[in-house]
Amino acid sequence: MPTVDIASSPLRELNSALHKLTPNTNETHWTVSNPRGQHNIAVGLDFPVEIEIDGHVGYYCAGMNKQARVTVRGNAGQGVAENMMSGRVHVTGDASQAAGASGNGGLLVIDGNASARCGISMKGIDIVVKGSVGHLSAFMAQAGKLVVLGDAGEALGDSIYEAQLFVRGTVTSLGADCIEKPLKDEHKVELKKLLDDAGVEGVSPDEFKRYGSARKLYHFHIDNVGSY
Amino acid sequence: MCGIAGLFLKDQKLAPELGGLLSGMLEALSDRGPDSAGFAVYGDRDNGQIKLTLRAAPSFDFAELMASLGKVAGAPISYQVHDTHAVISISTDREAAVASALVGMKDVDMVARGKRMAVFKEVGLPADVAKRFGLNTMTGTHAVGHTRMATESAVTTNGAHPFTTGTDQCLVHNGSLSNHNDVRRELIRQGMTFRTENDSEVAAGYISSQMAAGASLQDAMTSSLSALDGFYTFVIGTETGFGVLRDPIACKPAVMAETDRWVAFGTEYRALVDLPGIDSAKVWEPEPARVYLWERH
Repeated sequence: MPTVDIASSPLRELNSALHKLTPNTNETHWTVSNPRGQHNIAVGLDFPVEIEIDGHVGYYCAGMNKQARVTVRGNAGQGVAENMMSGRVHVTGDASQAAGASGNGGLLVIDGNASARCGISMKGIDIVVKGSVGHLSAFMAQAGKLVVLGDAGEALGDSIYEAQLFVRGTVTSLGADCIEKPLKDEHKVELKKLLDDAGVEGVSPDEFKRYGSARKLYHFHIDNVGSY
Repeated sequence: MCGIAGLFLKDQKLAPELGGLLSGMLEALSDRGPDSAGFAVYGDRDNGQIKLTLRAAPSFDFAELMASLGKVAGAPISYQVHDTHAVISISTDREAAVASALVGMKDVDMVARGKRMAVFKEVGLPADVAKRFGLNTMTGTHAVGHTRMATESAVTTNGAHPFTTGTDQCLVHNGSLSNHNDVRRELIRQGMTFRTENDSEVAAGYISSQMAAGASLQDAMTSSLSALDGFYTFVIGTETGFGVLRDPIACKPAVMAETDRWVAFGTEYRALVDLPGIDSAKVWEPEPARVYLWERH
């Protein structure tokens, strides 16, 4: 169980060591101390290892993650878990802008709030935010699910494709082509599973509203020119 | 890019450490702004005295200048030299004579005026700039600093931040304004003068003009949300106040932290990691289009 203090050794050494792991490695549980807001911690991982980071991290932490389970005990800067493919990233504090941006798969759990553009251009990632999300969240979101236990800011789901959005609190405003949709039993089953996976207890899927695409902006139509 | 660091002390026991703490914050933001750096420090206030920050060409003879200003003022001038800058402290009734003697003087310029505030800025790496001015040794109640990566105007000392356009007022900016020429024209029409073509100076001028017309800092910051168009995170200092404002789209990054001893702003969390008690501080991202303000009463 390696412990790496990245205040006293270069971050590149940590990332390089994580990239060199082999599938049969015994070093499956890493602890990273003193992150001190550094960028690009534990990016590009491709093994089912567990990484725990004790403290606040900077930009792009756990970006491009595959398979690994990364826990940040603190806040995360911009673009946490951006372009994640699989695995799980858990932030115990707040996340800054563009959390989970462009993510293709896996689960991102944020115990606090996420600021603007959470899940921008998401392509299959699931994101559970236990607090609230800022403006323009799920902008151009293509696939995957964004679950928000708190509130959502302005222009939620602007120009959304087929991602599904579930918000328990209030939505300041919906973006272009994003509408409220019925919460059917099949959605409640999916939502319940996500809440369970994220360790959310005592919250029922019935408390959420579902939002998604009105599918009017997929192809250019002159009547919609004002919406672009 | 650009980096901003701001520190507002609640616990005056930290006052001797203000400059040292800000210096570390600026250095952490070097890769966001390696071309120039600057800072405003709000120090002690002496009743009846005013501080004038002078900036001169390298190796300028401040002693000779002060001797001649002393004659104009009718008394020796109390001053401190910090590399290319000097801070004069004089009684307000002698200020007019000294200021008029400085007008048109070659190689030296009065760049800031404050009861508490002195402003220092130069081209160079933040750590070098802080060292040249001796920021480590500066004390006070609050300070605002900036590391610049120029986008809208040339890399010059005048183009570095902070910008000061009023007594004890300064502003630092991360971003770029799109309507600064319009706003500048209007402010010039109202009688304001500008040193540069820089967009950030216009933001400073706008805040100063609002406050000169009687607005509180809170009101001036609120009205700048509709008057200024573009990307910005501003940190603003006044004699007693410390304000933070982000544009409604929150284009530029920002982190704040607060303990019962201080409030701090950093463009990135990296700038805050050496502040005393940071591990137990409240750390959050300021919301877009919301005025954050701390005042000392």
